[in-house]
Amino acid sequence: MPQSASAVVIRHLTKSYRRGGQVVPVLNDISFDIATGDFVALMGPSGSGKSTLLNLIAGIDRPDSGELRVGGVDINGLDEAELADWRSRNVGFIFQFYNLMPVLTAFENVELPLLLTGLSARERREHVDMALTMVGLADRITHYPSELSGGQQQRVAIARAIITDPAILVADEPTGDLDRAAAEDVLVLIERMNRELGKTIIMVTHDPHSAQHARSVKHLEKGLLAD
Amino acid sequence: MHLLKLILRNALRHKLRTLLTVLGLLVAILSFGLLQTVVDAWYSGAAAAAPDRLVTRSSVSLMVPLPAHYRDKIRAIDGVRAVAAANWFAGIYQEPKNFFPQFAIDAVSYLAMYPEYRIPDDQLRAFLRDRKGAVVGRKLAQTYGFKVGDVVPLRGTIFPGTWEFVVRAIYDGATPRTDTSQFFFHWDYLNESVRTRAPQRANQVGVFVVRVNDAGRAAEISAAIDAEFGNSAAETLTETEQAFQIGFVKQTEAIVIAIRIVSFVVIFIILAVMANTMAMTARERRAEYATLKALGFGPGFLGSLIFGESLAIALIGSALGVALTFPVAHWFGAKMGTLFPVFAVSASTVWLQAACAVVVGVAAAVIPALRAARVRIVDGLRAVG
Repeated sequence: MPQSASAVVIRHLTKSYRRGGQVVPVLNDISFDIATGDFVALMGPSGSGKSTLLNLIAGIDRPDSGELRVGGVDINGLDEAELADWRSRNVGFIFQFYNLMPVLTAFENVELPLLLTGLSARERREHVDMALTMVGLADRITHYPSELSGGQQQRVAIARAIITDPAILVADEPTGDLDRAAAEDVLVLIERMNRELGKTIIMVTHDPHSAQHARSVKHLEKGLLAD
Repeated sequence: MHLLKLILRNALRHKLRTLLTVLGLLVAILSFGLLQTVVDAWYSGAAAAAPDRLVTRSSVSLMVPLPAHYRDKIRAIDGVRAVAAANWFAGIYQEPKNFFPQFAIDAVSYLAMYPEYRIPDDQLRAFLRDRKGAVVGRKLAQTYGFKVGDVVPLRGTIFPGTWEFVVRAIYDGATPRTDTSQFFFHWDYLNESVRTRAPQRANQVGVFVVRVNDAGRAAEISAAIDAEFGNSAAETLTETEQAFQIGFVKQTEAIVIAIRIVSFVVIFIILAVMANTMAMTARERRAEYATLKALGFGPGFLGSLIFGESLAIALIGSALGVALTFPVAHWFGAKMGTLFPVFAVSASTVWLQAACAVVVGVAAAVIPALRAARVRIVDGLRAVG
């Protein structure tokens, strides 16, 4: 697999959706790189295409055209099964609404991605304990999501995102559903993942305060890079 | 293990919905089992028939009797081991609704042909000694409280007058599927009485039960018997006991078909209910399926979750339904009295119930599983919040 100095290489990327028989362009000839270990905030108004761009980088959506290399891999060339496998090993997801499984405890939610690896139960337990300790929830392992605050749920989601040690974390409005104090805690935690663990982080936000935690900011306007 | 845990916890997320679905399945599988048991009961006579027993009757109709002297001619045919006369009596015990089968029989030879009727030796001897004696089945005795020594009056319909019989023996069945709802008495007693009351109807037999040495020659011997009486005033039709019994069921086949159809309609209805439940469940969890896909879980895992949950609910409801079928069938059979001589849940009914449960569980999950497998991650994630 060819190595790349950039974690993400984007060239002439376009994406459009069909709505009611009409083609609606969302991203229009986007090109830029994200360096390994960077913490990028993607900003822009609603409909600017920032979440779509994040989805493409994370491999959960496909572009219409253009080149997209993540970690040196042309992910657009992968079939669905290969892409799922690639995501499980290379991408950690942090969603706005946490997206935890409500029937699983904090421990089980964090353990979930490890079920796709060949780790033993003991090894999984060690990893999960470590991840939950890192996000400050070692004492909440048996709690279900409904028994946790929004901030705590998002920290469980962050532990789940880093549990397989992916190179890239993608966060879509990770503080959008949190109060200011909880949002700050989560942003500091994400910042630590970048600084201490060297994760490349791409975060979509429309909150300038959240973007201040990033090392760099990319603005999108109507499917184009504004800077 | 994790998959199983997730399936069970998902199944219990909406406890009321799951409980109602399980209840629906219980009722459907129970109803299906009972209806199948009714059908089995209908065919119980044919199922209990022995391959070495033939029945000879008039080729015109079962209502037309045969001359009693045919007995000796049939016995003389090569391959015939024994012959016994039997007349349908159709008497009324107290009131018409108290129906049970009554036969006037050649006692010694007839009972020897039916080893599945277990009669204590002393009672059998007492019956054979008493020309007005009767043998009653255990179920019949229990239904009407008959005991050995009781006098049972029957009001004749085919053979007019009031006939009194003394219960001399009570027979048990060799297996639970043996008909013990019958009433037997001596053909000689019937014939002697008829000779005095209506001489023109004496020496007539409803059917001859014929036992052959080799069941493999049943067709050949049947043909030989019928050939013996060909071109006579009373031609015969001989068939195996099973074919004879099925002939009876055929007369009411439309009812049996209707019962069968209803039993499967019940299953189809619960399938629709179950499919709706699973579709609703899968729709509510679109975001979770999308999240699992984003994390790298494939369509197979999502399919397993949905199929597993559907099967778990279906099997729990069905297991309860199957378990309840036995006591309910027992109660129902007792309530029906001698209308259904044998009313027992068969192994094939239980297997059918289990098969229906699996079919319902799998079929209900097919469309939700396909939808979950095909859901685009970005579309599924939009379903949050």
